[in-house]
Amino acid sequence: MQQILYFFIKNSYRLLFLLLLGISFALIIQSHSFHRSEYINSANNLTGGVYENINSINEYLSLKEKNEVLAEENTRLKELLFNKKDTLLNLKKLKLKDSLYYTVTKAKVIKNSFNVKENFLTINAGEKDSIKNSMGVINEKGIVGIIEKTSKNYATIISILNTELKINAKIKSSNHFGSLNWDGKNVGYIQLIDVPRLANIKKGDSIVTGANSDIFPENIPIGKIDQLFINKQTNYYTINIRLFNDMTALGYVYIISNSHKEEKQKLEKETLAK
Amino acid sequence: MQGYANPYPYILFILLFPVNGNKNILLITSFLLGLIIDMFSNSNGIHAMACTVLAFIRPNLFRFAFGISYEYQTVKIADKITSERVSYILLAIFIHHFILFSFEYFRITLFFTIIARTLFSTLLSFIVCLLIIYLIKPSKR
Repeated sequence: MQQILYFFIKNSYRLLFLLLLGISFALIIQSHSFHRSEYINSANNLTGGVYENINSINEYLSLKEKNEVLAEENTRLKELLFNKKDTLLNLKKLKLKDSLYYTVTKAKVIKNSFNVKENFLTINAGEKDSIKNSMGVINEKGIVGIIEKTSKNYATIISILNTELKINAKIKSSNHFGSLNWDGKNVGYIQLIDVPRLANIKKGDSIVTGANSDIFPENIPIGKIDQLFINKQTNYYTINIRLFNDMTALGYVYIISNSHKEEKQKLEKETLAK
Repeated sequence: MQGYANPYPYILFILLFPVNGNKNILLITSFLLGLIIDMFSNSNGIHAMACTVLAFIRPNLFRFAFGISYEYQTVKIADKITSERVSYILLAIFIHHFILFSFEYFRITLFFTIIARTLFSTLLSFIVCLLIIYLIKPSKR
């Protein structure tokens, strides 16, 4: 017994090192094999609160820019509204909540990240704003990402600049589908893979979200085709897309929740189970 | 090349920890430092791991850079930039960043990307570290 104790005291430094190394290694492994780690993320109150404070200061520096973007969007929406035949939509009395397919919540990005391979953003809206896991996030220019984890007041978004994320997307003009995946290299570009060679596409075509997704509504803009390659192994197109969105400067975002999602998924599950 | 080379000057804490200070305290505080960075950057333990390893091999780096009897000298990193100090800081930053990026990518096929990112970031971190050292250096009377 004494010998064992003596051994522990003598090697305490090394054992401590191995213990700490083991803990950090376990965290890494857990994040790769399982869903994201529970505690080490910026959706908790401590880190979320700190980021919110920093952001409230930084916000002043880009007020003019944000105003311009908002004004632009307002003009566009006004234009849509005035051209709409159905004037009932303007009435506030009308309860739209139950009949709406998609509902939209606004939030602010309080922590942006784009410099690693797997990027996550943090926003200042959480469970109390009825935000749940795997809802789509967009802003006025295009898609931003998908909600990953939520806490009471905050939520983290898995950014489209994350090599693990795959989103269904299509070419606007030809309706050919592919999946959107980032190669981890340039923050202004994203890759669309697995587009069949039959597709008649050219440089400058618009890419929008596809209809296969339960998360995003169809036809949300993503970007423009910049370069086309043919993958020699699979004979499918790999397309380099210039993003409409500047992922390095995000302000307000909109979270889209699909009210029919659960119903749809349940139906599909039941069909497969038979 | 936005987002390709990122400086991580926080490891100066590990580098500038007193030479004769308690090793166990250094190990635990470096781990916690890494863990806090992980919490804020959503990176799941890679900073914690890199910091722990750096704190553990710090005596070896001292021996490599300053010679075998480093413990009996009063080595102060913040004193003056000599070639020994430069080699110590550069080597430490390189090892830390290499571990960091290897575990971030976690794939052997991306070896050259890892090396390229490590080299660029090491250079940038080194410059930022030197600037910080110059800024916080107490002025001599």
